[in-house]
Amino acid sequence: MASLYHSRKRRNAIAMGLCVGATGIGLAWLFVILSTLLWNGAGGINLAVFTQMTPPPNVHGGGLLNAIVGSLIMTTIGIAIGAPIGLFAGTYMAEYGRYEKLTTVTRFINDILLSAPSIIIGLFIYGAVVVPMHGFSGIAGALALAVIVIPVVVRTTENMLLLVPQQLREAATGLGLPRSVVVQKVAYKAAKTGLITGLLLAVARISGETAPLLFTALSNQFWSIDLTREIANLPVTINNFINNPDPNWKRLAWAGALIITFAVLALNIAARAIGSRSATK
Amino acid sequence: MNAPTVNGGGSVAIQPPADTAARAVKVDIRKVDFFYGANKALKDISLPLHENEVTAFIGPSGCGKSTLLRVLNRMYDLYPNQRAEGEVLLDGENILSAKQDVNLLRSKVGMVFQKPTPFPMTIFENIAFGIRLYDKPSKSELEGRVEDALRGAALWNEVKDKLHTSGLGLSGGQQQRLCIARTVAIQPEVILFDEPCSALDPISTAKVEELIDELSAKYTIAIVTHNMQQAARVSQYTAFMYLGELIEYGPTNKLFTTPSDKKTQDYITGRFG
Repeated sequence: MASLYHSRKRRNAIAMGLCVGATGIGLAWLFVILSTLLWNGAGGINLAVFTQMTPPPNVHGGGLLNAIVGSLIMTTIGIAIGAPIGLFAGTYMAEYGRYEKLTTVTRFINDILLSAPSIIIGLFIYGAVVVPMHGFSGIAGALALAVIVIPVVVRTTENMLLLVPQQLREAATGLGLPRSVVVQKVAYKAAKTGLITGLLLAVARISGETAPLLFTALSNQFWSIDLTREIANLPVTINNFINNPDPNWKRLAWAGALIITFAVLALNIAARAIGSRSATK
Repeated sequence: MNAPTVNGGGSVAIQPPADTAARAVKVDIRKVDFFYGANKALKDISLPLHENEVTAFIGPSGCGKSTLLRVLNRMYDLYPNQRAEGEVLLDGENILSAKQDVNLLRSKVGMVFQKPTPFPMTIFENIAFGIRLYDKPSKSELEGRVEDALRGAALWNEVKDKLHTSGLGLSGGQQQRLCIARTVAIQPEVILFDEPCSALDPISTAKVEELIDELSAKYTIAIVTHNMQQAARVSQYTAFMYLGELIEYGPTNKLFTTPSDKKTQDYITGRFG
């Protein structure tokens, strides 16, 4: 008896030690990454970063304004295209076609798309949009981001709607509400915070994507918001600047990385805050 | 007692209670079978629901009483592989026919569920929401109707100062009365209660029972309950179901005092179930 009890205690201690250790290692890397980013990036942040264009090599100064604006534009369009498609598809899967074969198939394919390397999506848009249009363009970049957004939003929408208790749907149906009203006024309302969280996570996901933009939007050293031409963006700019010996470019690359990271962090915190606010209500 | 013999009438399976004049039949359930896939959950059920009376359905778990209730507003339509056969006549119209507009049916046959299900919105909106779907009342008229519904559900005095707070903030008993108010607000003709008190404490239960009694003045009511005292307290008619079959149906006082079937007697005396 006693030995069994002691061996269980010992095993428990080992298992707990491994878990704590793993958590510590995970957090340590995160800490190292963030502190490296802050160490290298914070010095590069100044007003000019937000007000001036990307500089040519081997000069002083310059900023990231065109890249920041380009990223904002493409992210916005990507979300504007991808989110509604994802929302409607997820709604079909959870509300209208919950028991249909199409839903099972869609879920399977969506999961593949969700884990597809983003460079593949970049290549796809390159073949589907860039080549026929004879050139890199902002719209191609936005489309590539939209393709990444769709599976993320489909997944969160379906999951969040499935969490809405069926009783609530029955109660609404029992009042004689047609399906469309039940979905819009009751199911969406009950799942609202989850849906918004999913959307914010999709924004976070695409705002750092580099690979799909390399083949589609490329980059642009100058101010351009023409969607039919190459457009500057933060991830590709960072990629180009960090590999250059020019210390000014390196500084701007670190600054850009810091900006993206904090934007994503802010979005995640916002998603959390919205989630917990409704949980306590 | 000498019941006058009537010749030439159709066969009457169910005798009206001798001591009260039977009211008109509001819902006539005729030879209803129900299937969950291949599994037959209701077998040849026939009984009437009398207008402005409370009919209670009792029986052990899984006997099909909730299933029968869900046939009456065609809630089962939400799910594939569930189907009903036979006829259910509401004011003479067969609601199981494919032509029946189910949303219209559900506006006439309201339902209150086992667990309170307030919508994630304010108390006021919980009720106004259903009203707006059928009517476009002015603001003051809408407010009046919401108040009427809350008074009808004996909830007004408790919530009148917090109409614009979330319905989820109420206690369980209040939430259940909110759900009743919501159902009453769209002016149905029949109200189905599916074990409405099983999640409530005794005080809330007493309030809901009292309410059901009051509501029966205006509505035809069917209630499923596990609590035989409750059935005896609130209903004028009781149906005892067992394994998907209707074993006995009759006036509540008769069914509980002199049941004609052995199974009914065993169940109400607590010998099984």
